[in-house]
Amino acid sequence: MSTTPVGAPIAQPDVLPPSKPVATMVGKPLRRRKPPREKVRRKKRTTEQIIFTTANTTFLLVLAAVTLYPLLNTLAISLNDGMDAVRGGIGIWPRVFSLKNYEVVLNMDTIYKAFFMSVLKTVVVVATNLFFTSMLAYALSRSEFIFRRPITLIFVLTMYFDAGLIPNYLLIRDLGMLNSFHAYWVPVIISAFNLIVLRTYMKSIPEEVIESAKIDGAGHFRVWWQIVMPLCKPALAVIGLFVAVGSWNAWLDTLLYNSGEQWLSTLQYELQKLLASSMNAGQNSANMANNAASVSAGGQLTTPIALRSAITMVAAVPILCVYPFLQKHFVSGLMIGSVKG
Amino acid sequence: MTNAPVSNLVTATGLEPALEPAGSSRAEDRKARKAAKAKKKSLEKGPKRKITWDIVWAQRALLAMAVPLLLYQVLFKYVPVYGWAIAFQNYKPGRGGIFNQQWVGFDNFEKLFTGVNGERFRQVIINTLGQSVLTLIVGTFGAIILALLLNEVKNLGFKRVLQNITYMPHFLSWVIVASLAAVALSLPSSGGFINQFLLAVGLVDEPVMFLTEPNYFWGIVAGTSLWKELGWNTILYLAAITAIDPALYEAAEVDGAGRYRKMWNITLPGIMPTIVVLLIINSGWILSTNFELPYFLGNGLISERAETIDVFVLRYGYQLGNYSLAVVAGIFKTIVAIILVGSANQAAKRMNQETLV
Repeated sequence: MSTTPVGAPIAQPDVLPPSKPVATMVGKPLRRRKPPREKVRRKKRTTEQIIFTTANTTFLLVLAAVTLYPLLNTLAISLNDGMDAVRGGIGIWPRVFSLKNYEVVLNMDTIYKAFFMSVLKTVVVVATNLFFTSMLAYALSRSEFIFRRPITLIFVLTMYFDAGLIPNYLLIRDLGMLNSFHAYWVPVIISAFNLIVLRTYMKSIPEEVIESAKIDGAGHFRVWWQIVMPLCKPALAVIGLFVAVGSWNAWLDTLLYNSGEQWLSTLQYELQKLLASSMNAGQNSANMANNAASVSAGGQLTTPIALRSAITMVAAVPILCVYPFLQKHFVSGLMIGSVKG
Repeated sequence: MTNAPVSNLVTATGLEPALEPAGSSRAEDRKARKAAKAKKKSLEKGPKRKITWDIVWAQRALLAMAVPLLLYQVLFKYVPVYGWAIAFQNYKPGRGGIFNQQWVGFDNFEKLFTGVNGERFRQVIINTLGQSVLTLIVGTFGAIILALLLNEVKNLGFKRVLQNITYMPHFLSWVIVASLAAVALSLPSSGGFINQFLLAVGLVDEPVMFLTEPNYFWGIVAGTSLWKELGWNTILYLAAITAIDPALYEAAEVDGAGRYRKMWNITLPGIMPTIVVLLIINSGWILSTNFELPYFLGNGLISERAETIDVFVLRYGYQLGNYSLAVVAGIFKTIVAIILVGSANQAAKRMNQETLV
């Protein structure tokens, strides 16, 4: 966000400046911002300003620490010996370093399989979602398409209308998708919000590109797949990330639709079960007894709190490894979506 | 049915950041914008075309792309409404499909809104509203303040790192966040570092029982949501700040305005439209609160403050088999949500902002 001016369009296709720059929707071009202001400030740098900068920096650092601490604490516990962790008092550094918790996690058949189910589910959901959403977005971005308005409206309304948990469950049941992998991806192949984002983005592609492809004899499917899709890569990347995060983090779909089959269990669902059982085992004080009870798996011993920490890290790390690389696209992803159809 | 990322959808929807340079006559501005909008609309629409079979045939490729997906969406988003029939039945899963059930008219509505259930459901509504209003207020204030402070950071590298760190919790699942919160809020002996900190600083003499005291729960929900979404929610405010005309700051500096003066009199008014629109939009979602926190952290001792509509539907309806009452609660929620979103939309329209529907 700091290198590209905020509010500028998603890094535009290199070759072709769009005829209708996305920036117009967001605000005026913002490039002329900094220089003059900076100069003035330098000249009259007062004590008051130094105090402010120091206070501000300190505050933001404290905030960063508060943001990071819970996760670092969990990481430390997960890397600590399970029995020792029960004694509490671990900060952000393991007291008795041990990789045993992760060994136990990897040896637990359920967790191991759930991890791969989560990966598979996320991959399938992202692939199908991007494919279908972009195909529809292309059709709806064509101004000559006669039904584009009513169809867009029907999709936009689904952003606000939800039949509810039990009616949705009944539909999945009546379609015979309970306890099947299809219950994971079929209900979510289109997200109305991403559809609008992509459609708006596609509208900014110059008409001439598409026209010339058509003159060369390309049909709509070919234009979509070979011309428009490559030009939409930045938008697809952000949407792909959002969809992946949503799918990876979901657990309610497993609980509702697929809890009957162990092989369909996902990482978040397993984590959720651990959390629910530890919460039910009693609040606070009663927790001690529960925490001290050891868990054994594959002949190894550890404790619930250490185990939960290790699984939490396994569930958190894949996503945390990806998002920083797409950071600069977030703003534009959010902004484009803000313009309705 | 996914674990609906409503909050991020909400923050992400429907606003234009502060566009107009403050100072020009508002009324004139508004008129001009309206005219421009109308013009744009008519241009977009073009002359009305008649739909003939020729056109339909010529666009068969586009139709082939759109129509199957349209049918899909109707099937998965609108067709489930048939399940609302359950609200008027004495639904027993054992009896088979919804056609073999006993019809009872509005009995379930009466059951849910009166008597013992009525009291419970009223409390459920109050909890839902309380948690989401508190979350919304705390979240909005927090995000605005953080955006203002981040905007004052001149070292771009430092700013970027800070942003990346504060975005991080947004990508964690609510299960993980609930789990972290459960640890953080527990007793010191179970690793509750908030209590450890409070004891160490001397703010309290003995550990606070955060998760067994009903009166803390709304605050816990708001605080945890703040931790998760604070950084993410600054994105749109920061973008709005960048859109403010720098000439305004220069003029203010010439007039001798200090840093706080500029924040208060230029930046804040500059992002006010964004703030208002986001608030209006989010208030449309007030019944769709976060679901995981009350579900996982709300135990029997504090359920009087913890139970929300979604939790009620899942726990009392789905897991205990009271389908009919759960569907009534769901219908109630959907209808109120539609009314709220509709009026939020109207309000946004009246304020001359981009609308949602």
